[in-house]
Amino acid sequence: MGTASDPSTWVAQHGDALYRYALMKMRDPSQAEDMVQETFLAALKARERFSGESSEKTWLIGILKHKIIDHFRKHKREQNSDDIEALREQLEQQFDHSGHWREPLSHWQAPEQAYENREFWQVFSACIAHLPERLADLFILREIKGLSSNEICKLLDISTTNNMWVMLSRARMRLRNCLDSHWFNRDLDKQNQEAG
Amino acid sequence: MLSCKEVGELLSQELDRKLSLRERLRLKFHLLICKTCSCYEQQLKFIARSVQRFMQSSDGAGMPPLSEEAGRRINSNIREQLNKEKQSAS
Repeated sequence: MGTASDPSTWVAQHGDALYRYALMKMRDPSQAEDMVQETFLAALKARERFSGESSEKTWLIGILKHKIIDHFRKHKREQNSDDIEALREQLEQQFDHSGHWREPLSHWQAPEQAYENREFWQVFSACIAHLPERLADLFILREIKGLSSNEICKLLDISTTNNMWVMLSRARMRLRNCLDSHWFNRDLDKQNQEAG
Repeated sequence: MLSCKEVGELLSQELDRKLSLRERLRLKFHLLICKTCSCYEQQLKFIARSVQRFMQSSDGAGMPPLSEEAGRRINSNIREQLNKEKQSAS
């Protein structure tokens, strides 16, 4: 049996990791702080059951994940189908009437190199944040391991898994366009602006 | 033959579910002859890897730390709870 460390050291030890995790998923700093606090208070009550099989941090992140799922369950976001509809129309513009690309996509040169660049991750999170809210939620919930498609559909009021796939496809295409114009081809953009 | 639009849809679904053999063959055939769709495939895969990396990195890839003020507030709530425990134990 392992024992949890002194709870009065938790914030110093794990506060930043939990907060960043929560912030990635909630996207709202004050909500993320609330999640961290709830996690610590729940862990406090449950600390006798901490087995030490996993690290303390893994145990705490496990609790945080449940808190986040609960949060999504309780506060279903306002349905904003207008945004999603507008996005659909915008994305369809990229294809002609027979469903072919109107313009070829520009190639991304060695994209993984961007991982080393902190600025890239800022652009990346901004691109996710600019998705219509339900699409962003969908994207994020998919990355929480252990949630089935059915559960995700229930949490976000999506009627069928087929609809979920269609939504994910739009989210990815939007994200692709956003990264293209704000990262991989941003110089091109700048040049065009200067020329124009 | 599948249109590029349909291919784009299937390429995305490939990340979410197992495609049928028929779907896979039609996709493969289209990708062989369509450069733009192959490019889109690479980019979708890159995005999938990036999302995973982004969501799973606990150093937060450029995310700010917990603010000092929030840290203090949470700490004092933890202490309060600990004191309550002590009191009810004694």
